[in-house]
Amino acid sequence: MASDPYLSVKALTKYIKKKFDVDPHLRDVYVKGELSNVKIHTSGHIYFTLKDEASRLPAVMFSANAKAVKFKPESGMTVLIRGDVNVYEASGQYQLYAQSMQADGIGDYYLAFEQLKEKLAKEGLFNAAHKKTFPRFPKRIAVVTAPTGAAVRDICITLNRRYPLAHVVIYPTLVQGAQATQSIVQSIQAANQKDYDILIVGRGGGSIEDLWSFNEEAVARAIYQSRIPIISAIGHETDTTIADFVSDLRAPTPTAAAELAVPSKAELLDRLLNYRSGMYRTTANAIAREKASLERLTTSFPLAYPDRLYRPFIERVERATESLRRETFQQFNYAQERYKNLDKQLATRTPESRIRQSSLELDALKRRIDQLAALAVRDNTQQLASAMRTLDALSPLKIMDRGYSIIYKGDSVVKSVEQVEAGDELSISMKDGVVKTSVSERISKSKGERQDG
Amino acid sequence: MAEKEIMFNQAMEQLEEIVRQLEQGDVPLEEALTLYQKGMELSKVCHDKLQNAEKQLVTMMQEGKEVPVNLEDGSAK
Repeated sequence: MASDPYLSVKALTKYIKKKFDVDPHLRDVYVKGELSNVKIHTSGHIYFTLKDEASRLPAVMFSANAKAVKFKPESGMTVLIRGDVNVYEASGQYQLYAQSMQADGIGDYYLAFEQLKEKLAKEGLFNAAHKKTFPRFPKRIAVVTAPTGAAVRDICITLNRRYPLAHVVIYPTLVQGAQATQSIVQSIQAANQKDYDILIVGRGGGSIEDLWSFNEEAVARAIYQSRIPIISAIGHETDTTIADFVSDLRAPTPTAAAELAVPSKAELLDRLLNYRSGMYRTTANAIAREKASLERLTTSFPLAYPDRLYRPFIERVERATESLRRETFQQFNYAQERYKNLDKQLATRTPESRIRQSSLELDALKRRIDQLAALAVRDNTQQLASAMRTLDALSPLKIMDRGYSIIYKGDSVVKSVEQVEAGDELSISMKDGVVKTSVSERISKSKGERQDG
Repeated sequence: MAEKEIMFNQAMEQLEEIVRQLEQGDVPLEEALTLYQKGMELSKVCHDKLQNAEKQLVTMMQEGKEVPVNLEDGSAK
């Protein structure tokens, strides 16, 4: 069997593989070609074909090496590959095992930058709508940068010069090297746990490699997710990183970032001065304006000639008074007229003539009464005289002259014997005096009887 | 110090609002005078705060704690 001229496929393949293994040229080759059929496996291995106009070469790049590739390999790219050529025994194919890959012409970094930029732009991370606004007077400012070096110093000096009111907190961060990406992301996230008004993320100038972390997707996403508005200030003015595109505001330099972050004290003092003069001016104007309108009002027709305001009323009052007077007068005249008429009528129907007539009659009657009275007086006087004469003739005194006397019992005149009884005390009034006597006996003429006392 | 000292930004914003209102010019005079007075006070507050602001407070975050910092060599003091 040892003399069997046939080789197994495996043995032959091994033999061929050994040939590749020992060839010093194939162990370390530099090859340039165009990428096609690029397949990036989930494990991170990249399978592709490297080709030129004449030939095709299957190739693989294992994930350990693929991680170091800055850009994402895509079909059509011309790349420079260093690696080795060997046989993949399972399929009997020789292939290129790429250890490193660089983009030809434009450069890796540029390519990687453009690719990430395009990807994030598509996702909308750079959209203006996502840009946050900055508070005008920040109280707390976080600075994500290296704790040493020009950048942090420039930022702090500028902040202090412009706006010493803000409190600045530095987040010491690695800004270059292998750990930088992670460090920047951590600092941004840590700052977002606290209460800051503004976050400045930056570093000073350097090579594209130095600045590279700021072109990493992780940093871009950390900036995008930041709740706090971020000013990016990476490198010099000519350096633009992905971080600059995602940040809310890009500053050309760290100093510029500090200037953008805070207002200038000097400008604020100026502005305060302007506000003061502005307020004074506007208020003084307002007063002047009010004064002017007051002036205008006071000199306005109604206030300047207040009498004209009530003149119409005075006129009305006067007219009303006048017409009242006229009306009254007319009424009065009318009444007077009526009175006169009535008076005249009354005059024609006056009882005066009757009164005169009656008065005449009255006089006549009076005269007649007087005459009659005089007459009666005269008659009576005559009668009185004769009566007096009679009376005189009849006077008891005259009679007593002739011897007659009057007998009184007490005060009563005794005209009859009946009036007296024996023993009565009697007074006999004679012409020249009175005789007191007592009755010794009564003798009645008609009966002839005697009554002794 | 006032019980509740007004922050610079609040004072500044109030002041700017007052300036804006005054410049619009449609404020009644009494109000304008009140605003003017208030505005002058605020501007004085702002002015004093700016003028009297001492050296900026700068700290460094180290292990979750703010510590004073020496800017010359970036070390914590």
